[in-house]
Amino acid sequence: MATRQGQALGRLAVAPAVAALAAWSIVPLALAIYYAFLHYQLDNPDNTFFAGWSNFYYFVTDPFFAKDLFNTVALVLLVLAITIAGGVLLAILLDRPMWGQGIVRVMVISPFFIMPTVSALVWKNLMMHPVYGFFAHVWRAFGLTPVDWFASIPLLSVGIIVGWQWLPFATLILLTALQSLDLEQKDAAQMDGAGTVDFFRHITLPHLMRPITVVILIETIFLLNVFAEIKVTSVGGLAGNLTYLVFSQLNDANDVGEAAAGGLIAVVLANLVSAFLVRIVGRNLEA
Amino acid sequence: MGSIQLKGVRKDFGTVAVIKGVDLDIKDGEFVVFVGPSGCGKSTLLRLIAGLEDATGGQVLIDGKDVTEVGPSERGLAMVFQSYALYPHMSVRKNIAFPLMMAKTPKDQIDAKVAKAAATLNLGDYLDRRPGQLSGGQRQRVAIGRAIVRDPTAFLFDEPLSNLDAALRVQMRVEIGELHGQLKKTMIYVTHDQVEAMTMADKIVVLDKGAVAQVGSPLTLYNKPDNLFVARFIGSPTMNVLSGAAAAKRGAASIGVRPEHVDVSTTAGEWKAKVRLAEHLGSDTFVHADVEGAGQMTVRREGEAALHAGDTIYLTPQEPRVHRFDAAGLRVA
Ligand SMILES: Nc1ncnc2c1ncn2[C@@H]1O[C@H](COP(=O)(O)OP(=O)(O)OP(=O)(O)O)[C@@H](O)[C@H]1O
Ligand SMILES: [Mg+2]
Repeated sequence: MATRQGQALGRLAVAPAVAALAAWSIVPLALAIYYAFLHYQLDNPDNTFFAGWSNFYYFVTDPFFAKDLFNTVALVLLVLAITIAGGVLLAILLDRPMWGQGIVRVMVISPFFIMPTVSALVWKNLMMHPVYGFFAHVWRAFGLTPVDWFASIPLLSVGIIVGWQWLPFATLILLTALQSLDLEQKDAAQMDGAGTVDFFRHITLPHLMRPITVVILIETIFLLNVFAEIKVTSVGGLAGNLTYLVFSQLNDANDVGEAAAGGLIAVVLANLVSAFLVRIVGRNLEA
Repeated sequence: MGSIQLKGVRKDFGTVAVIKGVDLDIKDGEFVVFVGPSGCGKSTLLRLIAGLEDATGGQVLIDGKDVTEVGPSERGLAMVFQSYALYPHMSVRKNIAFPLMMAKTPKDQIDAKVAKAAATLNLGDYLDRRPGQLSGGQRQRVAIGRAIVRDPTAFLFDEPLSNLDAALRVQMRVEIGELHGQLKKTMIYVTHDQVEAMTMADKIVVLDKGAVAQVGSPLTLYNKPDNLFVARFIGSPTMNVLSGAAAAKRGAASIGVRPEHVDVSTTAGEWKAKVRLAEHLGSDTFVHADVEGAGQMTVRREGEAALHAGDTIYLTPQEPRVHRFDAAGLRVA
């Protein structure tokens, strides 16, 4: 493709893809920007006018904004902690030769294929239900009062559900990384007198640092937008995040303008976070 | 002290016997080389000595003490691996210090020992680099450094030079030889490179399909191979083996004669042969010839022999250098 003709041909060839991508991402974004500056409420669509920055102002000063911003970050961190700690552990277990390895691996991966709404429903009604849930039974079996998960610890509950869904992803990436660990290094460490804990601390964990950063990067981008689990478990008022706040502006308050403004703020936030993460990861991958 | 004894050591992987009862006596300070074709069990035998594999049967003794059930780090041995097996996330310094850290050695002693090892191996300038930033030869030195600092009773090397280019291999071979001279420690060295085996070893152990084919000094193996396997394995180009009339005449099932122990004449000799190919290396000429009624033979002539494909020559083995073997392939005295 070094020749000018080749370049022109190349551009022509990618043009449809570029056009599709542009339509896919730019049109909705442009619309969102347009609405964000309108006073546009579905309750009273006739009274629509250019509103300047006021939608942004109202969104940011919303009593829920600060709390939901905090929840957004807390949820991301919580799920990252669950998936990385659990993922490392599971990956190490799955890396060992064992009976029925193939089946077990498929089972471990399967939560990833379950739709978020479905898994949230399952968790809400079968696992965490304060009366009929599995945990309630366990608690009662030990003579304890069952936890009312979504009422008393809503954020943690959502975190557990989302963590369960993302655990396979982290496990899969970390397991692949573990399998690339040089076997002679294990032998060498054994000769050098490193026990299981030393081996994990000095060799396995440093080896996993790169895949862990990759997991953090990818998961964060998706976890900033958790919605289904919050909606299905009806904890939006207590543990809603920014995505949920945008939704409630639109759905409960019927305020298209403020929802669009909130959406834009969320987009900017997500981009800031990912730009930041990409830089960290990039540095980590170079080293 | 660093004597190592193997008594009937066996290793089975499932139903496959990989090491079939090896007896071996290694004296303190000896440089012992394990050679043999790929898959004959050299690495497995070394790993059995190291404790990285559990023996299925038999005993491993170090300094007379049975260590068969002792873990690898408590046997007092150090091992250098083919892939170097350095820890990629640690600096060279930390790599070398790692076994000492694991042994909870005080910090000042660690520093002193690392500095000493680095000086011995010319690694002083690289201590703060990562293994990924070193050349193959430097990495190999780090791996050796990691072995030295533990002050082991014996060193185990598993094909440590096979990832290096030819020139570096020669240099490292010399360095390891010098190291042996300096430390005077027992070393067991696995290789499939004959030259390494012949030049470095006090004692060579030739392995064939998990059993010892012969143990002896390099020249013993060269001059008096116990069996056809060793005869063919040691020496390059490989020994010519003839059966039939030529062997019967000497009272053997087959005879072996090394390419360098065959006289060549253009007029008369025991075997009439036709040159198929002459390889001129400058220092030597390897002549591949078809011998009438006996098949193919390789002959080595020093210098530039004026022989070319199609020439008719006569070959005569140097009689004292003819090795005789019985029908089972064992040496006839
Ligand atoms: N973990 C294992 N399970 C089953 N068989 C094994 C195992 N390790 C080695 N073997 C077999 O044991 C035999 C000897 O292997 P080993 O690695 O000791 O050979 P080697 O002499 O070192 O060969 P090379 O020169 O190629 O390194 C081989 O046939 C190999 O397939
Ligand atoms: Mg090997």
